[in-house]
Amino acid sequence: MRALIAAMGILLGWEAFVRLSEVPPFLLPSPLRVWNVLATRWDILIGHAGTTLTEILLGMLFGSLLGMSTALLLTAWRGGRRWLLPLLIASQAIPVFAIAPLLTLWMGFGLTSKIAMATIIIFFPVATAFYDGLRRTEPGWLDLATTMGASRTAILWRVRVPAALPGLASGLRVAAAVAPIGAVVGEWVGASAGLGYVMLQANGRSQTDMMFAALAILASMAMALWFLTDLLLRRMLPWQPDALSKED
Amino acid sequence: MKAPALGLTLPVIRLGGRPVLGACELRFGAGEVTALLGPSGVGKSTLLRLLAGLIPPPEGTRIAPADGRPLSGRIAWMGQQDLLMPWLDLRGNVALGARLRGERSDLRKAEELIAAVGLAGREKARPAELSGGMRQRAALARTLMEDRPFVLMDEPFSAVDAPTRHRLQGLASTLLAGRTVLLVTHDPLEALRMAHRILVLRPGATGAVADELPMPSSPPLRAATDPAVLAAQAALLDRLSEAA
Repeated sequence: MRALIAAMGILLGWEAFVRLSEVPPFLLPSPLRVWNVLATRWDILIGHAGTTLTEILLGMLFGSLLGMSTALLLTAWRGGRRWLLPLLIASQAIPVFAIAPLLTLWMGFGLTSKIAMATIIIFFPVATAFYDGLRRTEPGWLDLATTMGASRTAILWRVRVPAALPGLASGLRVAAAVAPIGAVVGEWVGASAGLGYVMLQANGRSQTDMMFAALAILASMAMALWFLTDLLLRRMLPWQPDALSKED
Repeated sequence: MKAPALGLTLPVIRLGGRPVLGACELRFGAGEVTALLGPSGVGKSTLLRLLAGLIPPPEGTRIAPADGRPLSGRIAWMGQQDLLMPWLDLRGNVALGARLRGERSDLRKAEELIAAVGLAGREKARPAELSGGMRQRAALARTLMEDRPFVLMDEPFSAVDAPTRHRLQGLASTLLAGRTVLLVTHDPLEALRMAHRILVLRPGATGAVADELPMPSSPPLRAATDPAVLAAQAALLDRLSEAA
């Protein structure tokens, strides 16, 4: 509710600023203008939004799976740490913007290159958060499991993994927040559909209102994705201590 | 159940170059509770962890149950913290051992033990919903669920308040009867109430040395109000102050 009021306040201030300062619409369109575009061009925008959403969701799926398996591999396989960890970090040192053209070159203008982009962006926060959680198991639990005669595999699946789930959840939340970036960057480099493509086209033709409309949809999608992920994770981990949720 | 006695021969144990335990020979009586006291850092926990198989035994260590069979796989461990897994409910926590070994867990027995520690009706509760005392009782039930002849307890009741600790000592004493128990504690009264024998570890020139203390003639569980217990408590406190 408060967020809604705050958003309304910002929109009103923006509208007032545009009217008073008489900024030309190609520099900064008023919220009403953007709304008009949203209302009249809805049929076009919704298709592009669907494309971007597909890329985001598939990127989330593949990136999370890849991130989780990497974290598990790093934990279970000692040799893997020495080989994979530097690779993991190197993969993040290369800016995604730099590899985006390559991915487009290799995988074409279609969905695949964008899903790959989103996957690469999502993979890292998920892998590191989960791996961190897997490493920081309460030592007492490991001792207890050892005295109970648990095998290494049993300790991994029945102690380490459940104990690391709150960490994994943090990684997935970050993933939900950055997933749209991957998809949109991919679309900027080369695409024939999607909100990033719409923005680029609109920008080239000085249709700033159209750009803002696409941006508004993208932002709403990103927020919806984050809140849904957060809600789902809370539902799935009811035992996770959460001191702040009691204050809300 | 009447568990066998346990003999332990130790060489000097060093952790990071510093001797933590001197060469010694200890014997824990069959079906008895042996309390191990001593100042912090003297090596009580090292001894317990060694028996639990949590640290590799140094060359020259001999861990010898009196029945001649190896110790490993025959111990149950209870630590300072309850170590309940927050994602499992009470019953799942009590039945944890079987779950970790991939065995079928005997849920009826788990429920019986939960009732025995006074937590009947809370089987589905998550650890976060239980008080500190209840959680420690759950940990006791989990230890008993393992049903091992040897039980190693590392300050099991140090984290709970005094009245709860008093009740837990009574409960544990009854439920652990017949097992060979090694109880590490900082609380002289706890040792005097629960133990058949008390060993005090004191730092020596080449690591810690264990002294056996005289005990009140009555068997455990002894009343805290027993004059013999109170006198022994005073003597034990003096002894511990000297050892520190």
